[in-house]
Amino acid sequence: MHIKEELAERHTLSVLVDNEPGILARIAGMFTARGYNIESLTVTDVSEDQSVSRITIVTSASSHVMEQIIAQLDRLVPVHRVTDLTAFGPHVERELALVKVAGRGDDRIEALRLADVYRARVVDATTASFIFELTGSTDKIDSFVALMREVGLVEVARTGVVAIARGAEAA
Amino acid sequence: MQAEKSGADILIEALCDIGVDTIFGYPGGAVLPIYDALFNQSRIRHILVRQEGGAVHAAEGYARSTGKPGVVLVTSGPGATNAITGITDALMDSIPIVVITGQVATHLIGTDAFQEADTVGLTRHCTKHNYLVKDPAKLGGVIHEAFHIATSGRPGPVVIDIPKDVQVATAPYKKPGPIEHRAYRPQVRPETALIEAAVEMLAAAERPILYTGGGIINAGPGASQMLRELARLSCAPVTSTLMGLGAFPASSPQWLGMLGMHGTYEANMAMNKADLMVCLGARFDDRVTGRLDAFSPQSRKVHIDIDRSSINKNIRVDLPIVADVGRAIEDMVKLWKARQHPKSDLAEWWRRIEGWRARDSLAFPGGGKEIMPQAAVKALFAATRGRDPIVTTEVGQHQMWAAQHFGFEGPNKWLTSGGLGTMGYGLPAAIGAQIGNPRALVIDIAGEASIQMNIQEMATATQYRLPVKVFILNNQYMGMVRQWQELSYAGRYAESYSDSLPDFVALAEAYGWTGIRIEDPGDLEDGIARMLAAEGPVMVDCVVAKLANCFPMIPSGAAHTEMLLHDAEVSGEMDDEAKALV
Ligand SMILES: Cc1ncc(C[n+]2csc(CCOP(=O)(O)OP(=O)(O)O)c2C)c(N)n1
Ligand SMILES: [Mg+2]
Repeated sequence: MHIKEELAERHTLSVLVDNEPGILARIAGMFTARGYNIESLTVTDVSEDQSVSRITIVTSASSHVMEQIIAQLDRLVPVHRVTDLTAFGPHVERELALVKVAGRGDDRIEALRLADVYRARVVDATTASFIFELTGSTDKIDSFVALMREVGLVEVARTGVVAIARGAEAA
Repeated sequence: MQAEKSGADILIEALCDIGVDTIFGYPGGAVLPIYDALFNQSRIRHILVRQEGGAVHAAEGYARSTGKPGVVLVTSGPGATNAITGITDALMDSIPIVVITGQVATHLIGTDAFQEADTVGLTRHCTKHNYLVKDPAKLGGVIHEAFHIATSGRPGPVVIDIPKDVQVATAPYKKPGPIEHRAYRPQVRPETALIEAAVEMLAAAERPILYTGGGIINAGPGASQMLRELARLSCAPVTSTLMGLGAFPASSPQWLGMLGMHGTYEANMAMNKADLMVCLGARFDDRVTGRLDAFSPQSRKVHIDIDRSSINKNIRVDLPIVADVGRAIEDMVKLWKARQHPKSDLAEWWRRIEGWRARDSLAFPGGGKEIMPQAAVKALFAATRGRDPIVTTEVGQHQMWAAQHFGFEGPNKWLTSGGLGTMGYGLPAAIGAQIGNPRALVIDIAGEASIQMNIQEMATATQYRLPVKVFILNNQYMGMVRQWQELSYAGRYAESYSDSLPDFVALAEAYGWTGIRIEDPGDLEDGIARMLAAEGPVMVDCVVAKLANCFPMIPSGAAHTEMLLHDAEVSGEMDDEAKALV
């Protein structure tokens, strides 16, 4: 017997929650407990009195599992609101990456040239290395990191996706 | 300035304000301040169990039979971990309980202190919600909020972990007003347009079926009343999950019996052939649906549930309604009457149902010199009919036979572990039910294996003079396991024999109970009569046919139409796909 897998689709969810101890474990744990996947998860408080946090989760699932994920999130006591930004429509998604590259000679010049093309900023430099700072979509960062691999990538730190709906209203 | 109270006193005060009069618990180092506060008062009665797991099941039994939340108090570390099975059980079956656990002092948390366990971490995913209270000033508010969460919306267990220093430290306490939670607002009232659509669908259906579940019991006795009314108006047949038994009277001609894996032929066939199914407070559990793609294939589906995540989880429905099921049925009834929908003509549908019913799927072979377990349940039912008993069960064949052959006329009389299937539930649940209903006849229909899982609670019944009756269907096997081994593994009975059983009669007497053994079919009635006549707790060791199997049965992964009705149809070995299903 073999175990079958379902086709998955990538969605970005925005979840407003009470900023209480353990909230991250509650959300992340619910995903593992129910076998949902998390591609990235970010969390920080976003209200003036630090009482509400926004959690941005990128997950992939089939459409009926996605409906379940949203319902399961919504059912957690500290969750105020869940928005599926992918289903909602126009929204902005960004990620920030810090990319360390080491090398000399041609590799070093090529790294700088590519960074320029991607509008990455140099935030640290030695005679043998750079750290680039890059903001953009996940795809853009993926392809930049892939290029850097060829010219001396040392390590990468990424924030994961943050996202917000376009337009004047809160989603 | 308001006088300050210790955390322990705040807890007692808040519990009294909420109306709690009974706690099931077990003491230990991390709850000593609370026990001392209990000692100094008389408003709350503490029931001392013999193991924390027993306390939680007792609280569940109390809650399920009274409609009030059950309350548990246990110590840190092993006290809390022992409670976890019961907490998970309450989550699966949506039972409102509040479990208060002691914790090591706040400055010791995280140091691997004596009897420290990460209780909020361990219970995060087996509670509806949980709290670690580090500030005594917040304790009162948390307790009130915990009861609100446990009892509203889809009920469930809530854990409050209270460090020992917080029990001792002082703070002011004031009874809060109605709880307005910032984020948690269950949707109770159904949308009118959806109710209209549901009524129209039901009135237009030619082959409707009402599929009811534990949600109706949770919605209170009024919901069961409304269900009867809706059934009367619509003439639709009614079936129920294991958890929903009693919401609709078993004596009604509209009652089809339980559906699902061990449901009746008529219930499962009607589900399969229906053109409209109205699911009321049930959740399409795999024990009910069988193979998903073959489940009620011709029906349009209405699903009313207070928990949005239950809707479209396993089965896609045409009309989802998020609401308290009692309110929703009430609205349906009102609308039906207001529109003066005529009584539907379901004669043809009922003719087909009567045909399925004529198969008499609960019939069982005679046992000759042995007592058939089904016959024992029927005799128990017959002997207790006028007494409106509360019946609890353990888990296994006896549980299914009780569900099949014991008829319930009203809600809150049938207490069983459905979702988690926890062996050892029945005795402590019976104790909790007896505490909540001192005058009721409470019977635990048990298996000889399950009863040993919380046998220590016999002492609790003795201590509080609780006249619970434990009726063991002793087949000397973990019968349900043996039955599956017979079906799927060609009768290789790996570890399912109940070896080295105690002498249950002697055991009963050792605990100060009455012990009765019934071995002969001719003694069945008399033995039951003696059990009912005895004043205190009674344990009956009813020796039954060893190898009887529970039918009908839909093997896992099969469709409702592939029901096995008799032993003769049983195949000896199953393929891997079927073996992989629970
Ligand atoms: C705590 C727990 N462990 C294991 C099981 C698996 N299980 C389900 S039924 C059963 C056998 C129960 O035997 P018994 O109580 O004698 O009941 P019978 O089926 O014979 O009526 C077992 C082991 C369970 N449900 N719960
Ligand atoms: Mg047995």
